Amino acid sequence: MLKIKNLHASVDGEKILKGINLEINAGEVHAIMGPNGSGKSTLASVIAGNEDFEVTEGDILFEKANISELSPEERAHKGIFLSFQYPIEIPGVSVTNFIKTSINQVRKARGQKDMPANEMLKKIREKSALLDMDRKFLSRSLNEGFSGGEKKRNEIFQMAMLEPKLAILDETDSGLDIDALRIVSDGVNRLRNKGNATLVITHYQRLLDYVIPDVVHVLMDGKIVKTGGKELAKELEERGYDWLKEERAEMTS
Amino acid sequence: MELKEKLMSSYLAFEEQVDMENDIHNVRNKAIKFFETTGFPTKKMEAWKYTSLNSILKEDYSIFPKKEDAIDYKDIKKYLIHDIDTYTIVFIDGIYSSHLSRTTHDKLDACLMSSALNKPKYKSVMDKYFNKIVPEESMSSLNTAFAKEGAYIRIPKNVSAEKPIQILNFSTGNESALMVQPRNLIIAEEGAHVQIIERHQSLTDNPVLTNSVTEVYVGKNAEVDYYKIQNDKTTSSLIDNTFIKQERDSTCSLHTFSLGGKITRNNLRFYQHGENCNSILKGVTILEGKQHVDHNTLVHHIEPNCESHQDYKGIFSEKSVGVFNGSILVDRLAQKTNAFQSNNNILLDDGATCNSKPQLEIFADDVKCSHGCTIGQLNNEALYYLRTRGIPKKEARALLMFAFANKVMSSVKIPEIKKRITKQIALKLEVELGFNL
Repeated sequence: MLKIKNLHASVDGEKILKGINLEINAGEVHAIMGPNGSGKSTLASVIAGNEDFEVTEGDILFEKANISELSPEERAHKGIFLSFQYPIEIPGVSVTNFIKTSINQVRKARGQKDMPANEMLKKIREKSALLDMDRKFLSRSLNEGFSGGEKKRNEIFQMAMLEPKLAILDETDSGLDIDALRIVSDGVNRLRNKGNATLVITHYQRLLDYVIPDVVHVLMDGKIVKTGGKELAKELEERGYDWLKEERAEMTS
Repeated sequence: MELKEKLMSSYLAFEEQVDMENDIHNVRNKAIKFFETTGFPTKKMEAWKYTSLNSILKEDYSIFPKKEDAIDYKDIKKYLIHDIDTYTIVFIDGIYSSHLSRTTHDKLDACLMSSALNKPKYKSVMDKYFNKIVPEESMSSLNTAFAKEGAYIRIPKNVSAEKPIQILNFSTGNESALMVQPRNLIIAEEGAHVQIIERHQSLTDNPVLTNSVTEVYVGKNAEVDYYKIQNDKTTSSLIDNTFIKQERDSTCSLHTFSLGGKITRNNLRFYQHGENCNSILKGVTILEGKQHVDHNTLVHHIEPNCESHQDYKGIFSEKSVGVFNGSILVDRLAQKTNAFQSNNNILLDDGATCNSKPQLEIFADDVKCSHGCTIGQLNNEALYYLRTRGIPKKEARALLMFAFANKVMSSVKIPEIKKRITKQIALKLEVELGFNL
């Protein structure tokens, strides 16, 4: 589904990604772990099409098509979704109106008509229940005054509404207490199917106790330095990242 | 001839049209003398530092338009809030149009200033209210001098006007250039409640200058909810002078939607003459081209335990200019005042300008006053966030601007106005959104 080849990216002239190779197939969950500043969030932003980052080398293929030059909205239309680490507050537009606009714009881009109002309502009801969201929440301004947990839940609600092919969860566990973490993870798990894929970006292993990855990658200094199964996450939790740094240093020397 | 001289000589002709024996005439005489001494405001005056009237004063305005023109309802329908039942007071080129209006004397007065000024039965009301809260300023004095016609609205004690009242001023373009000076008086007596919608609209591209004065008296425990729709042609200019006196436990909210016009100046003053008053001033300004809107507000807190909320939002593109000069004056007696002011602006183009000047004078020591003004661009992070949800750049920009303006719209109590203004904003931003905010 997603194939990243030798991806280099920089922001303001500073190189952050230094040759990433990654392939994710439909039905898989991949996790990217790594210390702070290793480039995890940058990778998420670059896949989503953030124009602040410049791709200097390499390609991003999504369902065999090169999407490196596409705008963020075009990528969303193709079925890529990014759950933000820090969702933006937008006072003055309600969660409901926002998601309606989003869904209908995606449909429009795909040559479909607007979703009928009753169908939309039903879907909103269903998906908000999935995430145990209060109805009042839906009429509040988007993310304004939301707690960290509410923001993340709202991100997954949007994901549930948009039903993307590829969902990238950028540090979705940060700011969540244990109950919220369970609700959010349950939501993510229930949205999983054979046709979609998930890329979980996290600093800690705890989210991966709930959302079990098929593949774990370790990102360090802009490169994937190790790839393994779900047990790799546990190993990192126990041993930290230093041993990998040392291992790498030995390899390079 | 310069406009000032033309007005001075017109005043002599004007005197012949009105009853010079009436006490009101002394008020007019005093006002024209004041105007004669001061003349039109200039940028040298602090309150007019950012707004020059020069470009609109050079027109050769007709001061006394000819008789009412044959305007049909269909010509003006789109400027009316016509989908709900209202009282309407319509003026065409400054002259009352009976066939387009729906006035009343049933339970409340929604009628004409000319009758209020001339009929003996209104004399006591006029003595009590006419020109009592209008400060001696050049533009309002000029209006007082020529005060003759406008809306006269009186809601008696404990009456709630069940329909909103629309005051509509149309200009036909029969004159190559026209100056009109409507004079409105609105009295909500103790416990009364009324909603008012005011609009000035030109039907052609001939230049129009409107200099209007509105006095609003909000009695004890009364509530006035006022909407000013300013979406005129770019050949029309408006100097709106509105003065509001509130008595104890009253609420007055005033929304100004400035979407059109060439030069618009809003002189808006609230005077709180009683405890527990609440004054709400809100504005949405969206301009393009070379449009210019200047909001000059004052809330004067005279008594203790009152509140005021000022919230003005502006979006300026191309070479448009926005000015916000918002004053809060808290007297020594006005303890426990809670005064809030906010002015936020978005500049979309390099050529657009915004001048924001909060002015707080506080003489009491136990008050809560806050103010904040911002001038900025659209938030790029928010734009990116919306785009990752599949909302294209143009629509995302519009949605953000909508959201920005919507904070002011949320306090609009008449749904038809909310709907209409929202639609006009969408039109102005050239987008169609799939929902109403």
